[in-house]
Amino acid sequence: MESIQGVLSWLGTTLRLMSYNKAGFIGFLMTSAILLLCLLGPLWIPLDTKTKLDKIYQPPSAEHWMGTDHQGRDIFSQIVHGGKDVIYVAAVAALLSTLIAVTFGTVSAFAGGVTDSLIMGVTDVILTIPQFPLLAVLAAFVKLDNLTLLGLFLGVLSWPALLRAVRSQALSLKERDFVEAARALDLGTGHIVFRELVPNMMTYIVISFTLALTAAVYTQVGLVLLGLVPVSSSNWGVMISLAWTQGAIFFRDAMWRIMMPILAIALFQLSVITMTRSLELAFNPRLRTMA
Amino acid sequence: MAPILEVRNLTRQFGKGRETVTAVDAISFAIEPGETVCLVGESGCGKSTTGRMVAGLLEATAGEVLFEGKNIRQLDSNAYRRYRQTVQIIHQDPYSSLNPTQTVRQILTAPLLRHRKVKNSAAAEARVLELLEIVDLTPASDVIAKYPHQLSGGQRQRVAVARALTVDPKFIVADEAVSMVDVSIRVSILTMLARLKREFDVTFLFITHDLALAKYFAWEGRITVMYLGRIVEDGPTQRLITDPRHPYTQALLSAVPEADPALAQHKRQIELRGAEIPSLLALPPGCSFHPRCPYVVPGQCDRTVPALEPVEVGGRVACPVRKQDAVSLLV
Repeated sequence: MESIQGVLSWLGTTLRLMSYNKAGFIGFLMTSAILLLCLLGPLWIPLDTKTKLDKIYQPPSAEHWMGTDHQGRDIFSQIVHGGKDVIYVAAVAALLSTLIAVTFGTVSAFAGGVTDSLIMGVTDVILTIPQFPLLAVLAAFVKLDNLTLLGLFLGVLSWPALLRAVRSQALSLKERDFVEAARALDLGTGHIVFRELVPNMMTYIVISFTLALTAAVYTQVGLVLLGLVPVSSSNWGVMISLAWTQGAIFFRDAMWRIMMPILAIALFQLSVITMTRSLELAFNPRLRTMA
Repeated sequence: MAPILEVRNLTRQFGKGRETVTAVDAISFAIEPGETVCLVGESGCGKSTTGRMVAGLLEATAGEVLFEGKNIRQLDSNAYRRYRQTVQIIHQDPYSSLNPTQTVRQILTAPLLRHRKVKNSAAAEARVLELLEIVDLTPASDVIAKYPHQLSGGQRQRVAVARALTVDPKFIVADEAVSMVDVSIRVSILTMLARLKREFDVTFLFITHDLALAKYFAWEGRITVMYLGRIVEDGPTQRLITDPRHPYTQALLSAVPEADPALAQHKRQIELRGAEIPSLLALPPGCSFHPRCPYVVPGQCDRTVPALEPVEVGGRVACPVRKQDAVSLLV
């Protein structure tokens, strides 16, 4: 019981802190709404697959909130069903790249010497490889139809910039007296990295995570649009790609069909980026105790 | 008695090539168990660097720190663990020495559990409360859940002391431990440290730039005076204060302001030939104090580095010219 209450009061404080920044809180609410709609929406809103020749390319109306496509199918239902995969792949990619960057960035800063040189060497090499062309080449050899695999690929290529930033943060933090005190107490490298350094970088890490998330969304949609990833499900990228190849940009009535997935992506990215303003507040222990 | 810690020809240089600075230059001393030693000197004289090397937090360029008679860099894992639990440090700045993301409870529990000083978290909680009582942070149950930013500078410094005490240390390096604390709180923290000295048999290496503080804290102990990386004089506090032999120690003592106006009137001012401390990048040859020393002997002081030699009144003095001459600081 007590632990449940603890969690609830923690959540309450977090939400209150996040609400201090109005724009950030709106971003947070929109992000939550989009996530709920994409993850739970498909349970209530069936995917419209039936061709209705009399309803081709209709503008938004009460019946079809986002209009209809070239076969008269409801675009809103496709948007609802198409978000899950995009968000999933981006989350896998962002998680992996943040995990790699934080772990090796702090270890690199803390260990120094040969370990540091080695990690920074690998980082610089990966950083020099242009990500998108490499993915394009990789797509020729590996069949990227598995979503998790695609996310892992994106993650494995996108950590170097974050790693350098984390390393420089850790380098400045490790000179602080509390880290020296932890060394004097022989608390161990694991404790120093994950209990002393990382919590002090949490704001930064969370914000980097959200930026990695948005970057992964764009890369992924780009890959789909270029047809480098097999078009397997109905996701936002696939929707743009199909509309594009079917000439939607040349046809005024088809505008809704190509604009809706673009708007969905843009809105999602905007919400996530604005949310970071509130995340800054939520991870500041100073504010937490004042609330 | 075997010394608890010994330092031999300890040297630390920073920088490379032409920019090399010798912060600590081949100093040697030994500290007996239960002793209180004050390391005194102006800022930049290498006292903090010495403290950090003694606490094993900074590697020496040359020389060695001996714990139980062995170099701390060559201890086996058991002996190293003993060393780490025996020797602790209290930093100068209580605003930087506590992790802002941890509560007092977290700060104090981690070392207790890590070194198996307590069996479980319930015992840890009890021990943390006990430690907070020891450092006069009462009511302990209020303080335990607080974050560092909710505490005053003095309270933070007490938490830092409590953290050092978690591993039951026998030797504490207090690096300017009260210089960042409000003057009004200073005495109470010093009294608390003095109590630890008595009750827990802790040996102190007390680093300070304030001779008055050193005199107060180490009246029964020893004072070591450093100047530009070298020890110029050391000895029992009472002898060093009343009968300083090195001209630098005399100058330092004469510069300490006296609160009593009657005493202040009779205090002798040692006239130095220069007020500027030489840069560590361009140390004067011979005795590094000679450009400022009123007793300088040309041809001797600017040629050879004076050795730190024992004097019969107690302690060691690095001044062959003046070590036999007592100088009264009162006129």
